[in-house]
Amino acid sequence: MPDPFLLRALLAGLGLAVIAAPLGCFVVWRRMAYYGETVAQAGLIGVALGLAFSLNLTASVLVVTLIISLLLVLLSRQQVVPFDSLLGLLAHAALAIGVIAASLVRGQQIDLMAFLFGDIFAITTSDLRWIMVGGTVALAALAFVWRPLLTLSVHEDLAAAEGLPIERFKLVFVLVLALVVAIAIKIVGALLTIAFLIMPAAAARPLSETPEQMAMIAGIFGMLSVVLGLFVSVAFDTPGGPSIVLMLALFFVVSIIPTVLRQRG
Amino acid sequence: MIEGRDVQGEAGLPTLAFEERGHRPECAGHEHDHHHHGPHGHAAVAHDPAALVSARGLEVTRSGRSILQRVDIDIRPGEIVTVIGPNGAGKTTLARTLLGLERPDRGSIVRQPGLLIGYAPQRFEVDRAIPLTVERFIRLGRRADQPDIDRVLRQVGAETLGDRQLCELSGGELQRVVLARALIRSPRLLVLDEPVRGVDFAGEAELYNLIGRLRTEHGFGVLLVSHDLHVVMAQSDRVLCLNRHVCCSGVPESVAQHPEYARLFGPQAARAFGLYHHHHDHRHDLAGEPMPERSGPRRDGEPRG
Repeated sequence: MPDPFLLRALLAGLGLAVIAAPLGCFVVWRRMAYYGETVAQAGLIGVALGLAFSLNLTASVLVVTLIISLLLVLLSRQQVVPFDSLLGLLAHAALAIGVIAASLVRGQQIDLMAFLFGDIFAITTSDLRWIMVGGTVALAALAFVWRPLLTLSVHEDLAAAEGLPIERFKLVFVLVLALVVAIAIKIVGALLTIAFLIMPAAAARPLSETPEQMAMIAGIFGMLSVVLGLFVSVAFDTPGGPSIVLMLALFFVVSIIPTVLRQRG
Repeated sequence: MIEGRDVQGEAGLPTLAFEERGHRPECAGHEHDHHHHGPHGHAAVAHDPAALVSARGLEVTRSGRSILQRVDIDIRPGEIVTVIGPNGAGKTTLARTLLGLERPDRGSIVRQPGLLIGYAPQRFEVDRAIPLTVERFIRLGRRADQPDIDRVLRQVGAETLGDRQLCELSGGELQRVVLARALIRSPRLLVLDEPVRGVDFAGEAELYNLIGRLRTEHGFGVLLVSHDLHVVMAQSDRVLCLNRHVCCSGVPESVAQHPEYARLFGPQAARAFGLYHHHHDHRHDLAGEPMPERSGPRRDGEPRG
């Protein structure tokens, strides 16, 4: 029987892998990796607020990621500053705010590394509950909008011309993304959350013929990476989150090599 | 419905007598040559109640540049309206505005309630990030049974492509597949933005024949945008020359002879103007409504010109 902290880490990681797989596919399909990165880093502001006012950290992160997401939806409609510049600006402003806030809160012992790279071995039963409930909500919402979201991801104008209310479905997606990011930050940290979303999906792409297959394979890669990463982490005393992400990167490299060779040949 | 208001005091709308399905093109004249209507100098023609889509006084301005000026257009059931014009004439913007993808700055668009639209955009970019078979792509247009999928693929001559990945298709194959996606919806209105782009001459004739045949079979309205000034699908019931404003419009044979056409594209273009000829597959009743004949699809003739 493994230690309870290891069991909780395993459950948290596997749960996140399952949630991240279909959502990560959409992040890849909709080219929103940088968007997700910004929302994740903005989550640090939530961490800072939660620490300053002694709130539940996941809840305060969730509030911030939701607000930032809605703000980005509004800001994406202006055309003065290119959207990717705006994302870069926001992401790093949030990072700065988070790091400064963590340094100001001196009362308690703050492990900044834990918020940047996650602390999967510090997962509590309450965190697990968040993952279960939040993950179920996220997956249910995603299943509900799967078809229209896929349709507009393939070609937005075509979907709109065919009468799909695309703004509504895009909004649902952005809110689900905010929810999952808020859950993931505790596990893999603000800087690795987006990796956890896009890497399994990217690794699954060359092996997939259908969108659903891609989500499935991404889930399998994600879960395998969690198991292998945690094993590596325990065996070699390396940090948990980064070890998992390293496994994901290895899966991606192995998966993409045949495609690259085929295109060269 | 998008409502707009014409600026008062603005000269009246150009005469675009779409109501008469003329044998003579009606000309909007030059920009300084507006016909005035009524005592107020403001007489937007009412929307055509029979039209699938009817637009009046469309104005689109982007970044201070005027793209569409006072464009009126109607597309009725069973009617093929071809829009031609030089690059930058606003053809695609007109199509996109009618589809609701662009907001007009002024003017009004009336669409039949619940109008089912099939759309083939100008350049269909395939997103390689999404693994998608041709069949699945078509199903995204409508939840359809296998026989329906097979039927539309056969109609566009793409019956062998069903299991292929979308991102592996050639340009011509992709165009057929996008058309199949439009057809699976059993649309009442088909909007095709440069469907023959990148297709060779034989393929072009074939595609036009297909569109004409399907129109006769299904009775849908077609808005066809074409960059080809020389060859216009002869089954077009009306050709609309666009250069931000509507220069002239009329039945295909007459447009080429119109001085506005020659002015816009040069006398050489007017001489080279060709038509894909066809046998009349419908006639018009006294109100100008197309009345499809019951004799099934016909083989269309060879291109002329």
